[in-house]
Amino acid sequence: MQVEDPRVVEFDVRTDEMLINMGPQHPSTHGVLRLLLRTDGEVVHEVTPHIGYLHRCAEKIGENLSPPQWIPYTDRMDYLAAMNMNLGFALAVEKLVGLEVPDKAMVLRVIIAELGRVASHLVGMGAYGLDLGTFSPFLYAFREREIILDLFEEVCGARLTYSYITPGGATHDLPDQITIPPGLAQLTGRNPHTTLSWMDACRMFLDWMGPRIEEYHTLLTRNAIFIKRTAGLGILPRDMAISYGCTGPVLRGSGVNHDLRRDGEPIYTRMYQGYQWAVQAAPFQDAPRDVILGDNWCRFYVRMREVAESINLVRQALDRYPKAEGTHRLPFKMGQKLPNDEVYLETECPRGQMGFYIVGDGDAEPFRARAKSSCFCNLSVCGPLCEGVLIADVPAIVGSLDIVMGEIDR
Amino acid sequence: MQVGEIHQLLVDRFGSEKITGLKTDTKDPWIEVAPAAIHEVCEFLHDDPRTALDGLCDLCGVDCLETDPKKKNPVEPHVEVVYHLYSYTHRHSCKLKVKLPRWRNGEKGQPPQLPSVSGVWDVANWHEREAYDLVGIEFLDHPNLRRILCPEDWEGHPLRKDYEFPLEYHGIRGK
Repeated sequence: MQVEDPRVVEFDVRTDEMLINMGPQHPSTHGVLRLLLRTDGEVVHEVTPHIGYLHRCAEKIGENLSPPQWIPYTDRMDYLAAMNMNLGFALAVEKLVGLEVPDKAMVLRVIIAELGRVASHLVGMGAYGLDLGTFSPFLYAFREREIILDLFEEVCGARLTYSYITPGGATHDLPDQITIPPGLAQLTGRNPHTTLSWMDACRMFLDWMGPRIEEYHTLLTRNAIFIKRTAGLGILPRDMAISYGCTGPVLRGSGVNHDLRRDGEPIYTRMYQGYQWAVQAAPFQDAPRDVILGDNWCRFYVRMREVAESINLVRQALDRYPKAEGTHRLPFKMGQKLPNDEVYLETECPRGQMGFYIVGDGDAEPFRARAKSSCFCNLSVCGPLCEGVLIADVPAIVGSLDIVMGEIDR
Repeated sequence: MQVGEIHQLLVDRFGSEKITGLKTDTKDPWIEVAPAAIHEVCEFLHDDPRTALDGLCDLCGVDCLETDPKKKNPVEPHVEVVYHLYSYTHRHSCKLKVKLPRWRNGEKGQPPQLPSVSGVWDVANWHEREAYDLVGIEFLDHPNLRRILCPEDWEGHPLRKDYEFPLEYHGIRGK
């Protein structure tokens, strides 16, 4: 029997669903991402991502600039892996104009791109630790990344937006003599005034970095709390990953053995020919018991394995570099006319397959410059992944997709 | 499978009214499809085991309008939608193109219409929202066709060649 009580009606307290905004300024959304959660108590029923806060319409800008002029805009897409963005666009332009860079430029690009991948995955790892409530991996990750940034600074003068790899090769050759990066001097106990060649500094860093990966595994990968927060959560089945256009570590975490460095177009794969390396894809033999194929842990572990693989690649490329033939840079004029044709090229960036679609019409400026973002597609799967999880697990799932808003919004 | 073989397969299946062309003298050959047939063609390419194009790499719109009056041989004004497909099974790719009028029935401001492929690949949902937002193409039967990158009350489609930048937006002045 219901009793009419005017006080209750006055407040209209509802106990059913609630709408909660997470972001745009939320520390766990990796930039300005707004997630609209429809929740019932602690359980999330629906997640709607709202994006576009960083939208600059870089594609429109690209229609008014020649390719060398647009390179700095590609830096600002995935600003954590600017070298790889430069490389993707430079290769697309080279495919359009039919330019083949010499051996030396290719080896140089492998060194730089794989170092960029290490730096990017380090941030991914550290930030993911932050999402899950642990601070120290973030500090270690940034300590290591700092040295890579110092090495990049010696090469091109910039620490975040490099504009280093351009159509035709790269802007500078590796420097002969540098002062040892301060972080590296401190960590290895050298005199901070030591001078050495860039390649030796890079080797010294890799020798120091290699054994650190096992420490990260102790700190995160095999940490019982970390496994509890990631294993068996956010499971992305193989077919769903493909249908949602997921690429990169997200796709490989779902068990698809696909990496454009091996399976891409010849203009890209020829860079990686002759190196000893393997594509890292789930399932893993050494995974903890609770891990299910395609969950948060698998995606994270793919990135960690790729760090080791990239270090391996850089080592081999450094050995090749002194013997490589040709120049590091072929001429490509600022106002070079683009042919009346169109190309699409995807490359394997740390976060997935970044594609550039360029339509030329005989002018120096492309008729249409399109940047297909990998994070854009990876984020589109976050709605279905977050259905039915607890609110606290939403950052764990979004973090495991490792998104960068600059690339999504372009 | 090469693009030529896929083209032959499609012509045999759908006829030349729906598969309107093949361009091979270019770096990435493409197949041209009639706008009304795009959904069934995509569904076939996705489901047929010979093609098995289960991945949609990219979907974007291109506004073909020459704004430079000095340009020789300007293109016929139209809008293109470009589909880049990839098969994870066979590791081959395919490119489709659809040509549309710039405006529906020639009325400026009325976006042209095209069947959505978001039922074939889930990723097309967001790509089509982006193409709607920036290039101004309306996808029929799309589950949620709203702007995605620009604010919802934005006017016009920025990647149109004749787009004019607004002078004012909610009190923020442009140039």
